[in-house]
Amino acid sequence: MNTAESFAKLPVAPKPPLRRFHQARWDEPIIFELSAPGRRGVAVPGPGAAPVELPASVRRAEPPKLPEMAQLHVLRHYLRLSQENLGVDLNIDVGQGTCTMKYSPKVNDRFAGAVAELHPLQHEDTVQGVLEIYWRLERMLAEISGMARVSLQPGSGSAAIYANIAMIRAYHAARGEGHRDQVITTMFSHPSNAACAKTAGYEVITLMPDAEGLPDIEALRAAAGPRTAALMITNPEDTGIFNPRIQEFVDLVHEAGGLACYDQANANGILGITRARDAGFDLCHFNLHKTFSTPHACGGPAAGACGVSEELAPFLPGPVVGFDDGTYRLETPAASIGKVRPFLGVTPNIVRAYAWIMALGGEGLRQVAETAVLNNNYLMHRILAIPGASAPWGRRRVEQVRYSWQELTEETGVHSEEIGVRAADFGVHYWTSHHPYVVPEPFTLEPTESYSKEDLDEYADILAHVASEARSDPAFVKEAPYNQSVHKIDMTSLDDPGEWAPTWRAYVRKHLS
Amino acid sequence: MTGEPAIGLVVNPVAGLGGAAGLKGSDGAAAQRAALALGAVPRAGERAARAVRALLSRRPGARLVTVPGPMGEDAVHAAGGTCAVIHPPAPPRPAPGLAEADGPMGARLVAGTTAQDTRRAVVALAGVDLLLFAGGDGTARDVLDALRELGGQAPPVLGVPAGVKVYSGCFAVSPATAGLVAAAFRPGRTGEAEVVDLDEDGYRRGLVGPRLYGTVRVPEARAAFSGRKTGSSGTPPATVEAVAREVVSRMRPGVRYVLGPGATTRAVGREHGVATTLLGVDVVEDGRLIAADVPEAALFDLVRPGKTVVVLSVIGGQGFVLGRGNQQISPRVLRAARAPLLVLATQRKLAALRGRPLLADSGDEDLDRRLSGHVQVITGHRESTIYRLRAASEEYDG
Amino acid sequence: MTHPYIPNAEPGVRAEMLAAIGAASVEEFYADIPAGLRLDRPLDLPAPFVAEQDLVRHMEGLLGRDTGTDRALSFLGHGCYPHYVPAVCDEVNSRSEFLTAYAGEPYEDHGRFQALFEYVSMMGELLDMDVVNVPTYDGFQAAGTALRMACRHTGRSRVLVSAAISADKLSKLRDYLAPDIELTLAPVGADGEVVVRGLDDSYAAIYLETPNVYGVVETRGRELAGLAHAHGALLVVGADPISLGVLAPPASYGADIACGDIQSLGIHQNYGGGHAGYIATHDHEPLVAEFPSRLFGIAPTKVSGEYGFGDVFYDRTSFAHREDGKEWVGTAAALWGITAGVYLALMGPQGMREVGETILARTRYAMDALAGSVTVLHPGAIHFREFAIEVPSSEALLGALRERGIYGGVPLDGHTVLVCVTERHSIADIDRLAAAVQETL
Repeated sequence: MNTAESFAKLPVAPKPPLRRFHQARWDEPIIFELSAPGRRGVAVPGPGAAPVELPASVRRAEPPKLPEMAQLHVLRHYLRLSQENLGVDLNIDVGQGTCTMKYSPKVNDRFAGAVAELHPLQHEDTVQGVLEIYWRLERMLAEISGMARVSLQPGSGSAAIYANIAMIRAYHAARGEGHRDQVITTMFSHPSNAACAKTAGYEVITLMPDAEGLPDIEALRAAAGPRTAALMITNPEDTGIFNPRIQEFVDLVHEAGGLACYDQANANGILGITRARDAGFDLCHFNLHKTFSTPHACGGPAAGACGVSEELAPFLPGPVVGFDDGTYRLETPAASIGKVRPFLGVTPNIVRAYAWIMALGGEGLRQVAETAVLNNNYLMHRILAIPGASAPWGRRRVEQVRYSWQELTEETGVHSEEIGVRAADFGVHYWTSHHPYVVPEPFTLEPTESYSKEDLDEYADILAHVASEARSDPAFVKEAPYNQSVHKIDMTSLDDPGEWAPTWRAYVRKHLS
Repeated sequence: MTGEPAIGLVVNPVAGLGGAAGLKGSDGAAAQRAALALGAVPRAGERAARAVRALLSRRPGARLVTVPGPMGEDAVHAAGGTCAVIHPPAPPRPAPGLAEADGPMGARLVAGTTAQDTRRAVVALAGVDLLLFAGGDGTARDVLDALRELGGQAPPVLGVPAGVKVYSGCFAVSPATAGLVAAAFRPGRTGEAEVVDLDEDGYRRGLVGPRLYGTVRVPEARAAFSGRKTGSSGTPPATVEAVAREVVSRMRPGVRYVLGPGATTRAVGREHGVATTLLGVDVVEDGRLIAADVPEAALFDLVRPGKTVVVLSVIGGQGFVLGRGNQQISPRVLRAARAPLLVLATQRKLAALRGRPLLADSGDEDLDRRLSGHVQVITGHRESTIYRLRAASEEYDG
Repeated sequence: MTHPYIPNAEPGVRAEMLAAIGAASVEEFYADIPAGLRLDRPLDLPAPFVAEQDLVRHMEGLLGRDTGTDRALSFLGHGCYPHYVPAVCDEVNSRSEFLTAYAGEPYEDHGRFQALFEYVSMMGELLDMDVVNVPTYDGFQAAGTALRMACRHTGRSRVLVSAAISADKLSKLRDYLAPDIELTLAPVGADGEVVVRGLDDSYAAIYLETPNVYGVVETRGRELAGLAHAHGALLVVGADPISLGVLAPPASYGADIACGDIQSLGIHQNYGGGHAGYIATHDHEPLVAEFPSRLFGIAPTKVSGEYGFGDVFYDRTSFAHREDGKEWVGTAAALWGITAGVYLALMGPQGMREVGETILARTRYAMDALAGSVTVLHPGAIHFREFAIEVPSSEALLGALRERGIYGGVPLDGHTVLVCVTERHSIADIDRLAAAVQETL
């Protein structure tokens, strides 16, 4: 019996131009609020041997106030939180420029899982497979960069930059040139170059962009001298512009007796096109979680790789993997700077990066680069058609662009951050820029090879829509978001020592007691 | 927190008049008359209203205190808000006889508003927790003057950009931002910002010349919530204090340091433990203040060839390091010092130049050309850049 | 063929996009790269396995050559530990939403902020401290940063470091604290605990690790805290959080900064790829100002009853001395933080106490079982999870054990072997080790 009245007709109407997205909103309590005494999520085996009585000086007096929950409820809580998160697998993740958000093939996670139960201090004979992967990945990255040796030990890009600066320091010290106490970098190189150099004790000279958006080479000429330890430079810089005079930069620093160190965080558009060593660089680093596809994991674990010339190889962090007589062995370079992290490296990501390259080969990597660059220029073409959006310094870009909403902001009072938050209401991200904002009202887009033309069109349509909203109803955009897990957050308390709550216990103490 | 902080508002209703008329400024009754004659419509009230609207949207219960009519009250009403109104003491003399014009929002504009009116309003509102003022650099100077009168009683202020010239650091980037910053303001959390202004007579002739007039306390604005990428460096840009620490760490015994005007150079004095002046040129050596606020002739006598370092900060948004508010450091002083310049600026300030060079206008074009080239600019502790310096005459000749 | 990972490599769409841009070929986009820098040949890389099944076969061939600790009886520890990983930990950290996300705002990535806030909050309970960072790379980095924080905080540049730490960690500390911080070692006494004879006002911190590299639980923490504080220095304690269900948290005996690695909390050994570091302090503003790491906190939203999150004390620049020892924050190990949070929520207070008691008891049982055939070092000390034995030849013993399917321990030198026992080692496993050791000697 069907008495219900029809309220909709077939066929289903076409989709509206923009996706009607809503992020999951579970309104989930803080985990401590889910606790009930006596419950537990896992059982632990009893000692099976005589208990050890601890003296009061080392015995915990009160049990920690951790939540007490059944297993399903722990799982459910975290799965709800996971749904309130947007990974690359779910969104068109072209807006986190400089981060090279690309597809991390699922099959590679399976390979990563295969090393879960390997202990890093197992005898070499029992880990020949994983050592071979380290060795082979090192050889492939050496070919991609033109460098002689590569360390896969650093835990991230910044850690790799730090390892490079430590090698630079050791190199000069070994030559009796420890007086070299300055590192030169550029405004649009990743700020970790300056930060790591300072941590390592260097004075930092940052070259500002000239009117063309390129680092001022005359300034480098004035800066380079007997105190120069190294030039640490990203190319293409975070603007997406490739510095065509990079060779001259390297030569100037070499003439002054310094080393040239290439931050290849932005390498995705130049794989197989140009190589660090061929431009004369002595050191370089890659972020395996960017260019080589290992997942970003909410901010790590990541992995970095340091490539060096023959001359710098003795200073590499140890151990490295050597191959001799059919067997892979761990070796410590002669003048090693020592450890930059525990053991050999972030192995699951080493395995993933290796598998990714093995799925592509030399031709495939070049196709990655060319497609990333094509995607970027196509998206730029679409973005620049949005009234109020611009890209300073002309149209030459490699794999990403730092755009500006300056015109739109001046017209509407809506800032780039606010446009980004409103864009999230349509299921996408974007990021502005490092500080200070050299490009006003910035946003940085990097559409890697993973995205389709349809993806790029959808992304551009979303920004165009938000820009028009900013014109018609700026207050509406400023009060965004509307379709997210939570509503607009009042961040003011986070800077007030009397109010801030960096843990639940601090929150309870300051606000609930 | 105890109750809502009181937010004051002062509008300079004639600010921005000249801009619309292409006059590059609205200071002085003559300029205002000229602007009105050219059909300029005052926008300051409207921009102030925009700030108030943003403030009320974020903080509906905000307590607003202002002065009557176009100098504040009208803007609050235009924004749909309510406010307490304080009547400043009557002016000692009548306003100059300018024609009255219709303001925006239907309010009557007293076109004869003078600098004195602004000052009186600021003094009348001295009891607020934060004072918003709408205007340009000229207005900021008037506010600064009034705050000086108030001394320790002076409230922090925040500029709503509404003038033609908005180079001072005490302005928010837009009216709405001013409102939002005011909404988030917490008494006690303030920083220091410079008030600079151009010499409008010069400006109208095409010679840009910012001058530092002083500093005011402004709300400490929290960095915008975005841009906090996990993958980015968590080492935010260096502060004026860091720049000062670097300069002090570079000071050598037996060398005279000539510190030009500015908040950055004054921070050097503070770091060094000597009371240097904000607006004057000071000389320090071996940790002692040799002379404060020195006139040109005295400075010339103090300079010792080859044993003097001239420390300058960048004044205003155009990149001037010489010839704007530091004319005491004259060509003959610079010649006598025979030393390279040490320039101080945060990266933020340099970034705002958008690739344009620093400028020297010492009054001697040959010397300016000789100083041209690349100079070291201290941007933080153990941080610097090498930046292009040009003779102002060449830059403006193209 | 269009590669499965590169949709726009398809020639038709490629041509369409080039036409839209008005470019003849992608070569135009590379106009800024001078000819002299162009690679004029294809990259010389192995032929690819484009079909996923071929790649699987290749990878399985390589990975199949490893014999993991799951296919042997392993007593390897020394910084990487075989604790039991509950299935829910793996389930949560393999969720694609967490695994593939990066750095969204606290709106569309609310889940990440809350999960990490909960992780630091649970660590705070375990440590009895109010401020805990979003994880840094690993325990080595956590110790290095904690010591740099102490130096910045005190304005001093010398640290006294326990010699009872691993050689690798010491190597990292030496490199990371160079060149401006001087590192002095406090020797290890006969009882296996660190000996600090004195201190002066030039030190920024004492660094104590417990359990230390020999598995010895340091018992003189309160004394060292008093000594450090008497000289205006801080006590920095490296502690493994899995021990803190039974062992006193460093804060309880006066530590100012606690730090360490969280690999033991629900993270597999991963051939050394499962590390993440924590740093914790009290809610003391000047010390909080010295964190280079991100700190997440609760903030209200427009809607009542809704938790928002954001960065606590984001702008920590205006505080003195920060630039003097600047560090960086970047992509580190967030997912392991989320995982450790899941672990702590599953374990709860009882689970943490029980796992600690089991490890203490089985460690002691193993020491007693081996004492019959070898010399167990520091027998009088309290040991947690590890202990050292003296043998005629480390290499010979371990080689012989390996032949019997046992990874017997980590050689510290030619005659010293470090043995690790966790809740995963049954009494029978330990008996098997003891019997095998006796047999081989």
